[in-house]
Amino acid sequence: MGSQGGFYQSKEFLDLVKSIGEARSKAEEDRIVLNEIETLKRRISEPDIPKRKMKEYIIRLVYIEMLGHDASFGYIHAVKMTHDDSLLVKRTGYLAVTLFLNEDHDLIILIVNTIQKDLKSDNYLVVCAALNAVCKLINEETIPAVLPQVMELLAHPKEAVRKKAIMALHRFYQKSPSSVSHLVSNFRKRLCDNDPGVMGATLCPLFELIARDVNSYKDLVISFVSILKQVAERRLSKAYDYHQMPAPFIQIKLLKILALLGSGDKQASENMYTVVGDIFRKCDSSSNIGNAVLYECICCVSSIYPNPKLLESAADVISRFLKSDSHNLKYMGIDALGRLIKISPEIAEQHQLAVIDCLEDPDDTLKRKTFELLYKMTKSTNVEVIVDRMIDYMISINDNHYKTEIASRCVELAEQFAPSNQWFIQTMNRVFEHAGDLVNIKVAHNLMRLIAEGFGEDDDNADTKLRSSAVESYLRILGEPKLPSVFLQVICWVLGEYGTADGMFSASDITGKLCDVAEAYSNDETVKAYATTALMKIYAFEIAARRKVDMLPECQSLMEELLASHSTDLQQRAYELQAVIGLDAHAVACIMPSDASCEDIEVDRDLSFLNDYIQEAIEKGAQPYIPESERSGMLNISNFRNQDHHEASSHGLRFEAYELPKPAVQSRIPQTLIASTEIVPVPEPMYPRESYQTTMPSIPSDAGSAELKLRLEGVQKKWGRSTYTPATSTSNSTSQKTVNGTSQGDGASTVSSMRETYDSRKPQVEVSHEKQKLAASLFGGSSKTEKSPATGHKAAKASSHVVKSHVPKSSLEVASEKATPAQQPPDLLDLGEPTATSTALQLDPFKQLEGLLDATEVASAVNGAPAASRSPDIMALYADTAAGIHNKNDADLLSGLSNPSVTNMPGTTAMPQVTQSSSKGPNPKDSLEKDALVRQMGVNPSSQNPNLFKDLLG
Amino acid sequence: MGIRFILMVNKQGQTRLAQYYEWLTLEERRALEGEIVRKCLARNEQQCSFVEHRNYKIVYRRYASLFFLVGVDNDENELAILEFIHLLVETMDRHFGNVCELDIMFHLEKAHFMLEEMVMNGCIVETSKANILTPVQLLEKTS
Repeated sequence: MGSQGGFYQSKEFLDLVKSIGEARSKAEEDRIVLNEIETLKRRISEPDIPKRKMKEYIIRLVYIEMLGHDASFGYIHAVKMTHDDSLLVKRTGYLAVTLFLNEDHDLIILIVNTIQKDLKSDNYLVVCAALNAVCKLINEETIPAVLPQVMELLAHPKEAVRKKAIMALHRFYQKSPSSVSHLVSNFRKRLCDNDPGVMGATLCPLFELIARDVNSYKDLVISFVSILKQVAERRLSKAYDYHQMPAPFIQIKLLKILALLGSGDKQASENMYTVVGDIFRKCDSSSNIGNAVLYECICCVSSIYPNPKLLESAADVISRFLKSDSHNLKYMGIDALGRLIKISPEIAEQHQLAVIDCLEDPDDTLKRKTFELLYKMTKSTNVEVIVDRMIDYMISINDNHYKTEIASRCVELAEQFAPSNQWFIQTMNRVFEHAGDLVNIKVAHNLMRLIAEGFGEDDDNADTKLRSSAVESYLRILGEPKLPSVFLQVICWVLGEYGTADGMFSASDITGKLCDVAEAYSNDETVKAYATTALMKIYAFEIAARRKVDMLPECQSLMEELLASHSTDLQQRAYELQAVIGLDAHAVACIMPSDASCEDIEVDRDLSFLNDYIQEAIEKGAQPYIPESERSGMLNISNFRNQDHHEASSHGLRFEAYELPKPAVQSRIPQTLIASTEIVPVPEPMYPRESYQTTMPSIPSDAGSAELKLRLEGVQKKWGRSTYTPATSTSNSTSQKTVNGTSQGDGASTVSSMRETYDSRKPQVEVSHEKQKLAASLFGGSSKTEKSPATGHKAAKASSHVVKSHVPKSSLEVASEKATPAQQPPDLLDLGEPTATSTALQLDPFKQLEGLLDATEVASAVNGAPAASRSPDIMALYADTAAGIHNKNDADLLSGLSNPSVTNMPGTTAMPQVTQSSSKGPNPKDSLEKDALVRQMGVNPSSQNPNLFKDLLG
Repeated sequence: MGIRFILMVNKQGQTRLAQYYEWLTLEERRALEGEIVRKCLARNEQQCSFVEHRNYKIVYRRYASLFFLVGVDNDENELAILEFIHLLVETMDRHFGNVCELDIMFHLEKAHFMLEEMVMNGCIVETSKANILTPVQLLEKTS
């Protein structure tokens, strides 16, 4: 295919592609590509290269970059190709340019003109090609150059153009919202476009707009609901169907939008209940795409104002997901559960064992998702188990990004729900010990503050105990070999502040340890600084308590070292320590009061206590102080120090000006003002930084978005606390007992059903007992006493549901047997699809191209019994999707086909069908044909990489 | 933004098609591809088709020797993306007829053209196979 016409390919090109395809290693591939770069460098600058040849060269350049090598020597030729008259060559040029260049590349300026011209073309395909490029290459500065034309194209007769024009406008909005803020109403207009494709595309920008500002779009709720209703009722063209679902991708986008619009808005939500309920009912739960839509429904239901009926449907779907064998569905189920428990926390209990199974699954993705769920359902009754598990997991992984995240989550949960101070300190110690370098330094400061302030209760005794236990644990931990810097800083600070406070440890104990730290981590200046200050505090407290101070010899040698340190900070600390030790008890007590870290320090910003001193100096003839902002104008008469100052500030200014070109132009104006007339009393804009702030209001929307984000965070935290803290406060010990009783009973019943569904392989009676225990600790005290009958009822209902669907194993098989035949007719339908599309194509409004299209159809018919050859593929495809997994063994086509069906246990009926079809499957034959084609073109196919010929859908 | 990139990579980890919807330098692309391909290829068939990577997710699906990897934002519907991959493969299959790795290699630009119709600005904009393929077929015929 495609060997003739514009898709002409030379033998050279085919050879290159084949050799890349057959390369066995990255090194071999690199060799081929480097060779190719040399060839192209020579060839591409030859004069009079035929267009087609040039197009091929450009695709070879794309290959070079795709395989990770620099092809910038050829960029200019790709740019030139966009000027070409031939549509295919032009579009390939645009494609290459969008792949090679980013929007700030110097060559873009050469393309903008071409784009402008092409946007005006009579050929809609040229316009489309240009619009594709607009979406990738136009930056903030070049938007005005194409904006008017894009706006005109929004009303283009061709729907493909309107769709791309909308997306171009979307792009402009993303790049620079202010430049198109007056045009956003166009998105609303296009929502009513006659063409479903344009409407579907318009949902993307609308989703973003609504996410930024929900309230301005509340009036569209009715429209979105009615569109969704029409889509779900199959009013759209069949062409949008995917696996018998009507336009599922549009449905999903609409559900996402409704979730935003209905959030916290009862009135808007009420409009949505019917349609979402309908989708819940109609959705085909046996296909992946059906489940994708169902999942989106759950997201929507858990975001909008709660409706009991919908929540029930959502819970049903979730339990089906969690009970599925497919890991993908389990993953979606866990995610959905995490969303739903915000509204109905009690549903977590029904699924406790499934959740624990996922937690212990070797699949890392599933495990992480489950931790996310646990994070969401943490409360003071289960915080210990959850955080413990999280830390264990954190220790076991190497991925620093995730380690950081999970560490900060542990810290957050511990700070929020800690059952006891003791536990809190221990937990923090573990986190710091294993991930200290990854956590935010703020967390360390927080910990120090918590230890210093206590836990807010007025019980000084408890605070003291907390501190002593911290000191004790730190002294123990200091024995560990390698500790993170941040943790050491905390330890040093706490030891300095509270090391000797309770009298358990003597000053020499603590100072000895601190010296050890400073010595062991002598490369870490921050730790050393903390240790030195801690030493100073210990000695100061000793002096203030009028005890005799004996400096340890190692401490003395440390001080000697630090007094000569290269770091001025360390030097200063050492000198301070020396000075403090020389003072008397009273002075020391004033400088270093014990346990005063929480006292407020009042800073006198005006330095008013110096007024007398200044007055005196001025009277003696000193020069009055000139504020920095006024100093710059006095450059000529000022003394050396002043000049120095000015230079420093102007350097700062110029440096910033390079970063932000626009404000620089404006900020120069006040500067000249200053220079010319220093009398002009323009106090604020004169100061360079101030002038920046005034010249930057061009990004108010950004600030708005930041604000929006902030608000969202606030919301999340709020539910975290408000949903769970009340539950904690009411669940006293007695209520816990009863709840435990019910939950265990419920757990047992689920276990029995579970064992049948989940595991025919694992013998795990004891294991499930352990799991049960874990479940009890995780989910145990989750409901209040008043609520427990209700949840008991629910659990019973759920378990009966379980029994219905799962206990009779045979019925499951029957069901799947039923399901498979149900899937067959669609296959047949799909087989008919090629003809259906050809009619659709004929109906397409490009009448002038009818002849061409007919030719395509004929060609495809000639191309070798398409209907017959396609049937096995599609069937395999269904077996694949039904199982929710991919072919197990690609080396063997047959086993590839049969494997998924085995895992799916489709019963006896499906198996022979599949094998039958695959046995007559033409895939190998087709591959041979292709091989022959390549041979025809003069490329010798070697059998080195047979995979290249394997049907993807086979 | 939704989709951040679409990659096709074979079993040996060699890139067969790459389309990014946010700009990355050549070195960044190389590093990213190496990292995520290693991650995804190490997984077995029973495990989820989703992998978390830094602050986004990768949804992947295997067809014969070829892996399709799609990088998406965290709030994207993973199952839908998984089916989007399948839609892409079905669309290519309709065009090429029993599409195989070599088809994509020989017709890299066509595969890109199809993607250009389906995804813009990282959003799925077209899911009708007829609408996706019409421009590609017209290109083929008019030139």
